[in-house]
Amino acid sequence: MADSTAITANSIPAPAAEDHGIWGFSRAQFGALGVMLAVLAIGPFLLYPVFLMKLLCFALFACAFNLLIGYVGLLSFGHAAYFGMGGYLAGHAAKVWGLTPELAIITGGATAALLGAVAGWVAIRRQGIYFAMITLALAQMIYFLCVQLPFTGGEDGIQAIPRGSLFGVVPLDRDLTLYWVVAGIFLLGFLMIHRIIHSPYGMVLKSIRENEPRAISLGYRTDDYKLLAFILSAGLAGVAGATKSIVFGIATLTDVHWSMSGEVVLMTLVGGLGTVFGPVVGAAVIVTMQNYLAELGAWVTVIQGVIFVICVLAFRRGIVGEIGNWLKVKL
Amino acid sequence: MEDIFGIPAPLLFGQLLLGLINGAFYAMMSLGLAVIFGLLNIINFTHGAQFMMGAFAAWMLLEWAGLNYWWALLLVPIIVGFTGVVLERLMISRLYKLDHLYGLLLTFGLGLIIEGVFRNQFGSSGLPYRIPPELQGAWDLGFMFLPIYRGWVVIAALILCLATWLLIEKTRLGAYLRAATENAPLVQAFGVNVPRMVTLTYGFGVALAAIGGVLAAPIYSVNPQMGTNLIIVVFAVVVIGGMGSILGSIITGFGLGIVEGLTKVFYPEASATVIFVIMAIVLLARPAGLFGRA
Repeated sequence: MADSTAITANSIPAPAAEDHGIWGFSRAQFGALGVMLAVLAIGPFLLYPVFLMKLLCFALFACAFNLLIGYVGLLSFGHAAYFGMGGYLAGHAAKVWGLTPELAIITGGATAALLGAVAGWVAIRRQGIYFAMITLALAQMIYFLCVQLPFTGGEDGIQAIPRGSLFGVVPLDRDLTLYWVVAGIFLLGFLMIHRIIHSPYGMVLKSIRENEPRAISLGYRTDDYKLLAFILSAGLAGVAGATKSIVFGIATLTDVHWSMSGEVVLMTLVGGLGTVFGPVVGAAVIVTMQNYLAELGAWVTVIQGVIFVICVLAFRRGIVGEIGNWLKVKL
Repeated sequence: MEDIFGIPAPLLFGQLLLGLINGAFYAMMSLGLAVIFGLLNIINFTHGAQFMMGAFAAWMLLEWAGLNYWWALLLVPIIVGFTGVVLERLMISRLYKLDHLYGLLLTFGLGLIIEGVFRNQFGSSGLPYRIPPELQGAWDLGFMFLPIYRGWVVIAALILCLATWLLIEKTRLGAYLRAATENAPLVQAFGVNVPRMVTLTYGFGVALAAIGGVLAAPIYSVNPQMGTNLIIVVFAVVVIGGMGSILGSIITGFGLGIVEGLTKVFYPEASATVIFVIMAIVLLARPAGLFGRA
């Protein structure tokens, strides 16, 4: 299949002389970053902060997922496992161990990264479709473990997780205070991914995506590179899940279920696979949609399915990819 | 009653039978996935939804048209297989030139749509489907009672699997199919209508899933989620077996069903996860799968 288009439809038209602009962002990306920062700054005064925090958690989750699919070309269909496990561990750490929120979130992220190290070690042995199936199966195993393990609370989940005080000093009971913390976590994760992609390590990841045998022949141990990418992605997904459970005070089976893995795929696909800002926009679109259509019940599933079909058949660049294509810039 | 390894014999054989039945479904589903993957190079995520459609179609034929189980067994694969043909022509066929992962995403979306529509229409509680009168009752085998219907499911699934194997390995049509799997453009150059063959192959794989659904309807309650839970396990089965060999899919499917049944007897806590654990071990030891080609 020499003529097969890579899954990252947005990867191709790189400008001949890529200007590295400001902090590694191209000029267009820097503009988009400015817009995003502005929205982050004025958002909580226009919209309900809790809704925005949910959106930011999913945006970080989608960015973490995009690190794998967009820059290494690995489609993980089991990212809910890391998202959900991060949430459980953060909830447990905050509620039972009494850790402060930032430590709880770190605990969640570290657990997810550890889990990602084990699952990734197994999964990177196969590529493409098999990789997707293996990650899905491993995630389902983690789901069953979450159903059975006592600390997750089974069907009830972990409830009444305290928000606590940041560093033990700043109480996070007010939504707006917590919002700034969540926005900070999101930005940190977002910039970290940006830094990873633009590092020499990130360049090797892209070369693996474009042509793995060639990267191997150049002397790169691609399995190590892929595994590290998987661990980073799982860890950041865990941070996103951990933050979500601190925000809502609850960690449940919904976040480890396979349908959550499907949702993060959908968010990234809608926004644009392999774009820097796509996952953020996609998460915003899907979370907003779910919020407004919640009363429609099972129809939400149908609508999500329809969006999947439309995106795959006619809209593979996603929203940000289309905008970038239209403006002839990479976003 | 005798004990075997400290386990009462009826319990052991009962779980073995349940395992064998699950294995029958694993085998049929992974067979369909393998046949479709061989020619279309996509993993049909809709397979679970199509299995569920098979069960619902049987229920609808009985409740709305008064056609009994045997008619369902004949008509449902044709009806659901036809919906598969339509899907392939309208949507899936547009993706052959793209990365195979898009096929996975598309069929995942289609599965969501189908499951959602059925959940809206029928709720998620499940509908009963009665065992046909000819297959009610149980045989006394001396060491256990075998419900006739369950025995029938195992035998029917075995026959279907072997028939598929014969069709693909021993007939001229199967030879075309195998040739097209290896090198589609060359087979097309010999005057075989490959696109039509691809469409019919997809329809055939879907029909296999649908028959599975009809067979499953009297055992499990007919509900919209019945396919999705199955398909994820079947993915693991496919990874364990490797999709290179038809006979391999059948053996892996039945074998893993039995292993799962035995786990329920000896260590019930692990019965939900045992297949995934086996998958991880197989991947570490033999990444291409037990019967796969690297």
